[in-house]
Amino acid sequence: MALLTLSSPHAKGPQRTSTMMRWVIAMTLPGLFMQTLFFGWGNLHNVLWCTLVAIACEAAVLKLRKRPIGFFLNDYSAVVTAVLLGIALPPFAPWWVSLVATSFAIIFAKHIYGGMGYNPFNPAMVGYALVLVSFPVAMTTNWATPLPLLEQPASLLDTLNIIWGQIPITDALTGATPLDTYKHEIAHSLSDTVLENPIFGAGFSLGWEWVNLAFLAGGLVLLALKVIPWQTPVGLLVGLAIPSLLLGSDADQTAPLVIHLLSGATMLAAFFIATDPVSSCTTTRGRLIYGFGIGLLTYIIRAYGSYPDAIAFSVLLMNFAAPLIDVYTQPRTYGYVDAKRGSKAKEKN
Amino acid sequence: MSASIKGKLINTRTLSDFHGGIHPNEMKSLSNLTPITKAAIPPKLILPLQQHIGKASQVIVEVGQHVLKGEKLADADGMISVALHAPTSGVIDNILDHPIAHPSGQTDLCIILTPDGKDEWCELDACEHYEHLSVIKIQSKVREAGVAGMGGAGFPTEVKLHPPHHDKVATLILNAVECEPYITADDRLMRERASEVVQGMEIMAYALQPGECLIGIEDNKPEAITALREAVKDTRIEICVIPTKYPSGGEKQLIKILTDKEVPSGKIPADIGVMCQNVGTAAAIYRAVRFGEPLISRVTTLTGEGIQQRGNVEVLLGTPIDWLLSQYGYQAEKTERLIMGGPMMGFTLNHANTPIVKTTNCILAPSANDLPLPPPAQACIRCGLCAEACPATLLPQQLYWFSRAQEYDKAEHHNLLDCIECGACSYVCPSSIPLVQYYRHAKGEIKQLKQDQQKSDQARERFEARQFRLEREQAEKDAKRKARAEAAAKAQAAKKAAEAAQPADVNQKTDSESPITDPVDTKKASIQAALERSQAKKSVQAIEIEVPDLDALKTAWDKTQSKLEKMHDALDNAKENNPEQVEKLTRAVEKNQMRVNQAKQAWEKASASQSLEAQPSIVPEAEKAPAPDIDALKTTFEKSLAKLEKMQDALNNAQPEQVEKLTRAVDKNKVRVQSAEQALKDAKQSIQDGEL
Ligand code: SF4
Ligand code: SF4
Repeated sequence: MALLTLSSPHAKGPQRTSTMMRWVIAMTLPGLFMQTLFFGWGNLHNVLWCTLVAIACEAAVLKLRKRPIGFFLNDYSAVVTAVLLGIALPPFAPWWVSLVATSFAIIFAKHIYGGMGYNPFNPAMVGYALVLVSFPVAMTTNWATPLPLLEQPASLLDTLNIIWGQIPITDALTGATPLDTYKHEIAHSLSDTVLENPIFGAGFSLGWEWVNLAFLAGGLVLLALKVIPWQTPVGLLVGLAIPSLLLGSDADQTAPLVIHLLSGATMLAAFFIATDPVSSCTTTRGRLIYGFGIGLLTYIIRAYGSYPDAIAFSVLLMNFAAPLIDVYTQPRTYGYVDAKRGSKAKEKN
Repeated sequence: MSASIKGKLINTRTLSDFHGGIHPNEMKSLSNLTPITKAAIPPKLILPLQQHIGKASQVIVEVGQHVLKGEKLADADGMISVALHAPTSGVIDNILDHPIAHPSGQTDLCIILTPDGKDEWCELDACEHYEHLSVIKIQSKVREAGVAGMGGAGFPTEVKLHPPHHDKVATLILNAVECEPYITADDRLMRERASEVVQGMEIMAYALQPGECLIGIEDNKPEAITALREAVKDTRIEICVIPTKYPSGGEKQLIKILTDKEVPSGKIPADIGVMCQNVGTAAAIYRAVRFGEPLISRVTTLTGEGIQQRGNVEVLLGTPIDWLLSQYGYQAEKTERLIMGGPMMGFTLNHANTPIVKTTNCILAPSANDLPLPPPAQACIRCGLCAEACPATLLPQQLYWFSRAQEYDKAEHHNLLDCIECGACSYVCPSSIPLVQYYRHAKGEIKQLKQDQQKSDQARERFEARQFRLEREQAEKDAKRKARAEAAAKAQAAKKAAEAAQPADVNQKTDSESPITDPVDTKKASIQAALERSQAKKSVQAIEIEVPDLDALKTAWDKTQSKLEKMHDALDNAKENNPEQVEKLTRAVEKNQMRVNQAKQAWEKASASQSLEAQPSIVPEAEKAPAPDIDALKTTFEKSLAKLEKMQDALNNAQPEQVEKLTRAVDKNKVRVQSAEQALKDAKQSIQDGEL
């Protein structure tokens, strides 16, 4: 009788990588819905467009690398990258900005390094950073004014025409983001006056707070499902909150905590971007440090830098540090008094 | 679980927890609903001589011999070994290599017994009260009964009935956790024979005198807990109900849960005053001591959808698995695999014709529904779920990268060798990476590397020993030459003989050729001693011997000659293997050549002068002298050869962890034998030359 011989264990848990990726995608939907509600069709369009580009690029590269296309497309990692980019890019970003960001993310940030699992940097953030430094105008002027403040919001057709360059964008449709606005206006006025600007709504950031809360909700679901670890988002939020409390306690000087937490891409970063496992730390303590670092850097760049938001750069910087952090945050193995550090025994032989 | 049962399970003891762990589907009810049944006697029994960790048992029966049930077939060989008994009466049919259940699918020496169907017991040595026996008697009873750990590893139980010599056993733990899914052998055993289990534990406690006796059991076995509670009344055994989590039944994990102590890396539980035994083993100890029954059967779970009558059977050791399965409705078409053990740590069988052994706690015939084949592995996404699950608190994802990249030093640094191969990491890995397989491979490679390293160390040691010998011989030569010169001077002064040189002392030959494997200091000391000896002798001889000893001179010459040849060999060798040594050796050879010439000259001169004044009386003496030395040398040689053979035997039977040490010892001894042999040869040669 021919018996099959296999190595133990023979039982396999229910968790699957593609399932985890699909959960990540699914849990961005509440946030995407809020984005559409408050800022129009732009992000939704971008998500779909980026996905299309990502799948095409992924398939093309896999074909070039002679890998089974179906098997790898099935892991959904390209789609996750695309969705995150579509959400993060400005709603009215021209089609070619999204194209460049996505294709660069997939082809260079991911496959040049060996494909899924091998990329040291978060592909979506590499793509984002690239277009941010290459096309600063397109990346800073295409943020949408919240719809409640508009008398005539852009229709779906208008949005498409704007993104695909058929009609020029009107000034009324776009505006600076609340973070940017606060940073620039607080320099010559007081908090109360700044907050009178309708884009801050009830003292937070109109629309942005709902988007952020929706991403928070989605993120909590992912946490509950153990799709993402808790250390990274907690580290990030703490890393952002501590300096905003210490340095930003005076709202007449810098943006207060609520604006940091509920504006910009904070929650998206905390639960969806920084938690990309491949490019983040993999030890428990390492993840806390990694998240904390991103939060801290985000605060610094937001407060002192000239970019509207800082997630992409902070994440990339911490990606650099992740392998080193891993090596110095090994857990204490059973039966040892202390945790080991470093990557090698000090003296060989 | 209902609230009322939970209420009953409350512990009095504070439990600790270990890192990680998983909750796979337990699947226990597939097999734990029916009582243990007795399997029939198969038409033939296959009894491997090695069913335990340690040395294989030694056969004491002959082919064709009739044996009774319980009769000893093979003896324990040494301390870490156990005996083997006939599971039923019958005839020894054969003793041959037969496939056995082992992860590597290998064959091993087995006794084949054909039952006669009478199932006739031999005489047993029962004992009503174990308290009346001495501890030593109990230990020997357990040993004689062939009891080995029945939970999986199969460590000889008797060894674990000796308290560690340095201190007392603080905690005796009975491992009743049975955390692997599907397996229910211990569960049923406890439900049905709780008192045997508990009495077995009391016997262990009698032998070990532990500070406390604990039974660790998972809360998914309420019936067994109730039965045990009943059985431990009026004893000091404490039942600790622990939460169900895999692998709580891992020895190290259970110790952590119950005592909050950790077994230090590379140590065993006894080192921290803990002894762990398995439920089945306890019952076997009880039967061995109470009834004198050897271990000839065990309870094994037959489960999985590939088997129709699932449940637990008490089966004779040696029963072929295919025969056993056929008795219980095996549906070969439903299953592609047969797993010995559970789904987490069990291994697949290559053949179903292998026998049940002392450690077989489960035969699992899973359908695709039970244990679907794993989906193809995807890339590691570094999600860290494996690290979260690892009960040893390792970083499986890092170990995986290092093992794959063959960066074994990094893997070792990340404590790969502390991995218990529990499979929790593979279980949770969303990318279905067969992590444990990588670790096994990497561990094997690391072991291999270490062995290779050791071999090259040994080669170096041998070379160094050789170098030392050469140097020492050199030193002795120098000493002799000096002595010769002095003697010559004295002789001249005494005007007795012209240009007489110092006769070589044959005794010294033994010294110079004796094995040199000691550390530097002893070598130096012995060189010093040799120097002094030769000087002392020189002065005596210079006075007493008035004529040049022709034969001794001849010996000296021959010796230098043979040494020169040896050095030539070494030089050739070095040219091939050790280029950096060539120069040194060449110089040494040249030096020696000179010395040979000198010796030759000395002899020629002496013989020339002696032929003038014949000295017949000296010859017999000279011949007598070397004879006893040859004998002595021969004895040395034979002794070391015999020792080498013994050591090689030991090596062949050694436990894996002993192998390295023994290999080294054997190699060392080989060097010794070789030099003894050489010494003998040289001596013989020189005698022959002397006679010519
Ligand atoms: S569980 Fe699998 S995919 Fe996740 S980090 Fe571990 S090895 Fe990698
Ligand atoms: S198999 Fe080894 S690495 Fe994997 S979980 Fe078990 S102990 Fe940890």
